[in-house]
Amino acid sequence: MADALATVRRNPLSGALWGLRAYLILARMWVRVSLSYRASFAALTAGQFLITGLDFVGIVVMFTNVDTLGGFGLPEVAFLYAGSGLCLGLADLALGNIERLGARIRTGSFDAMMVRPVPLYAQACADEFSLRRLGRIAQSMAVLVWSVVVLDLAWTPLKVLAVAGMLVCGTTIFLAVFTLGAAFQFWTTDGSEAANAFTYGGNTLTQYPLTIYPAQLVKVLTFVVPLAFVNWYPSLYVLDRPDPLGLPAALQFASPVAALALTLLARLAWHRGVRRYRSTGS
Amino acid sequence: MSLIEVDRLGRSFVVRRRAGRFRREAHTVHAVRDLSFTVEPGEMVGYIGPNGAGKSTTIKMLTGILVPTAGRLRVAGIDPSRDRVALTRRIGVVFGQRTTLWWDLPLRDSFALLRRIYRVDAARFRRNVDTFTELLDLGDLLDTPVRQLSLGQRMRGDIAAALLHDPEILYLDEPTIGLDVVSKGRLREFLRTLNAERGVTLLLTTHDLQDIEQLCSRVMVIDHGSLVYDGALHQLHARSESTRTLVVDLVDEADPIDVPGATVRRVEGPRQWLSFPADRSAAPLVAAVAAAYDVADLSIAEPDIEDVITRIYAHGVPGGQQAGLSHDAGATPGVPR
Amino acid sequence: MLYAAVAARAFRRYSTYTAATLAGIFTNSVFGVIIAFTYLAVWRQNPSAGGYDARDALTWCWLAQALIMPVAIWGGGATDELAERIRTGDVAIDLYRPVGLLGWWLASDLGRAAYHLITRGAAPMVVGALLFDLRMPATLGAALGFAIAVLLAVVVSFALRMLVACSAFWLLDQNGVKNLAAAAATFCSGLVVPLVLFPAGWQEVLVRLPWAAYLQVPVDIWLGHRSGVDLLLGLALQLFWAVVLLAACRLVLAAAGRKVVVQGG
Repeated sequence: MADALATVRRNPLSGALWGLRAYLILARMWVRVSLSYRASFAALTAGQFLITGLDFVGIVVMFTNVDTLGGFGLPEVAFLYAGSGLCLGLADLALGNIERLGARIRTGSFDAMMVRPVPLYAQACADEFSLRRLGRIAQSMAVLVWSVVVLDLAWTPLKVLAVAGMLVCGTTIFLAVFTLGAAFQFWTTDGSEAANAFTYGGNTLTQYPLTIYPAQLVKVLTFVVPLAFVNWYPSLYVLDRPDPLGLPAALQFASPVAALALTLLARLAWHRGVRRYRSTGS
Repeated sequence: MSLIEVDRLGRSFVVRRRAGRFRREAHTVHAVRDLSFTVEPGEMVGYIGPNGAGKSTTIKMLTGILVPTAGRLRVAGIDPSRDRVALTRRIGVVFGQRTTLWWDLPLRDSFALLRRIYRVDAARFRRNVDTFTELLDLGDLLDTPVRQLSLGQRMRGDIAAALLHDPEILYLDEPTIGLDVVSKGRLREFLRTLNAERGVTLLLTTHDLQDIEQLCSRVMVIDHGSLVYDGALHQLHARSESTRTLVVDLVDEADPIDVPGATVRRVEGPRQWLSFPADRSAAPLVAAVAAAYDVADLSIAEPDIEDVITRIYAHGVPGGQQAGLSHDAGATPGVPR
Repeated sequence: MLYAAVAARAFRRYSTYTAATLAGIFTNSVFGVIIAFTYLAVWRQNPSAGGYDARDALTWCWLAQALIMPVAIWGGGATDELAERIRTGDVAIDLYRPVGLLGWWLASDLGRAAYHLITRGAAPMVVGALLFDLRMPATLGAALGFAIAVLLAVVVSFALRMLVACSAFWLLDQNGVKNLAAAAATFCSGLVVPLVLFPAGWQEVLVRLPWAAYLQVPVDIWLGHRSGVDLLLGLALQLFWAVVLLAACRLVLAAAGRKVVVQGG
């Protein structure tokens, strides 16, 4: 009888805290596993550093042919590149292999997750958590430091805050996009590659100043798929650049709004996805 | 209140079948229909049926993976579709064909991880690990990553993992599939001990009917989404007109033996096979044969349960579906509910 | 013929992955659009960068997206199955006929490449042609030359991927080497940035490497930048690498065979 009452009292906050704790427990275990193969881990991390660094080498090569790209010089583009890379890298690190959800469903390991007393999202996020993704983060950090040194900006406390905010909100946006891509796989288990267009595609897109894209596309990236808030708008403020499209300067501080909106959408999509899975069993 | 209460449980799916070139016709498939049964603590229940009968659908609903479309379901007082997390602490699940363990982790680490996930206190956990390691012979395997274990070893690891948090119910989905005869025997022995000493309620789905015969006093048979038999195993034989076989070795070859109550099925030299109804005693028959013939030796073969089940799948239970649906031991056989 | 059957079977097998193919075409197209605008920005600033004009650059961009999967620039393809067989030990049976083995896997990979060319090759090109102003092959010779160049590109790529897969005979699995090979291929083929944009010194080296056979040679033939003698020289470069790398594969497979025999599989 007491159990029946217990099912009525459900505390969402304690549930979320337990999810976070369980996520950390699982992630730590994955880290221990990967560190036990130390040489392989070092090689994979170094490899990630190099592979993601190639994108920046490509940009440098472009700049041996031109002086500006979309009206921005190399150090400024580097700043944009680093911001986007850090945000994607942090999100990628936090979310393990969530994009393999479709494969998990097909092999039945998702059912194994469903019979454990841990929130499903926490388990999906911790799935094959790997520190090798630090490779991308380290590489983006290096480019960021270089660009900041070369740019020699006039730093104010507000600008430092803006950079911190960019990293927090940008990462949150990518977290939401990764989650949406995973939730999508509750409907089509084989369609996982489509999500790449928004996650890694979103990263590639925002590596460059958005002035190189048509104005309509930038508006879409602002009001529909708010990837422009990952790094572009906050960077306009930090780099002291007026909005090239003449859009309101307030947008440069609106990243938290975009991050919140996408987070809510991702949460809805995830819950709908789980509900669908529990209604169709596949 | 029973441990598991299933009341008119139903699960249907809408399937879109192509009708003509472009149209899609919606079609409702009832995977499980009007299912009702209860399970008391400490029971060992077998749950069998042909492929596609609705076994795994039922298990998925019982474990909270799938949400029912009709009826009422309570496991340990909890509604699985609403309180998945609370339920998972009270149950253990072993999927025969896929593991619930982490592929790259050694067993020992998997167990440690499960301790933290299920929040088992350290002392109780250590005792359980020691007990199950010994009972399931996992001592040498604790440091091996799951991916390097053989099927039988992995199965034992999965079972230990499912029991570390002292669940009240253990669901086993095809646990002996792919195992060799010796391993099957040892596993069955373990499950019997588990039920006897710890009172763990067992619900077992299987295609290996020897599992049922050796483990379960009660068996539920599901076919096309409905329960066609729910009762004691021995009554199943009575219900389905199954036969036992008396194998008679005569001193000399002879014509087919003629005694009341038995039919000769096969003759090979001095050996003859006689079949008689499974719910009758063999004693009078043996006496009659021994009195009338020169018998060198005889033995009795129990009914082939495969045969029993096949008859039920094919023809339903004689006396109608209701005839078998009483698992109350005091009920008179043959009296419909 | 046996090899034709092997190729056909691989083609059929890959054609069952419809959802994944569609998802992939979508992603290719999105990346194509992004990169196209990037190149437009470069060529707006420098209209004749690397000897290309903007139209050449756009065509390069879309052809690159189209050829990623057929040429398997990031690795994968039939050789992944081989690496799996090496990992599980099943390959021991295959190794008794090393000549047949190479041909068998090549045929399988060509079947796969044919499927990818038709789906993830043609579809992005159609999308690109609809959205942007691309350059088509000007002469029949260019079109034919392109077709042969793509075939040779797949063979060169196969040989390199084969060598990568064979690393599994000596290492735990091919993944570490596969990652490095993917990075090298992405960079040196010109997928990150067209080879023509590289500084002169770099270019001279890059255009002679096997990875130049993946994109640079086929695309230059399509664009008409390699015609006449140059076209034949391009094909010759691809052929050279194909022969050399396949010979290397033979040697590696023989060594692997000895190793397997010694270790008892």
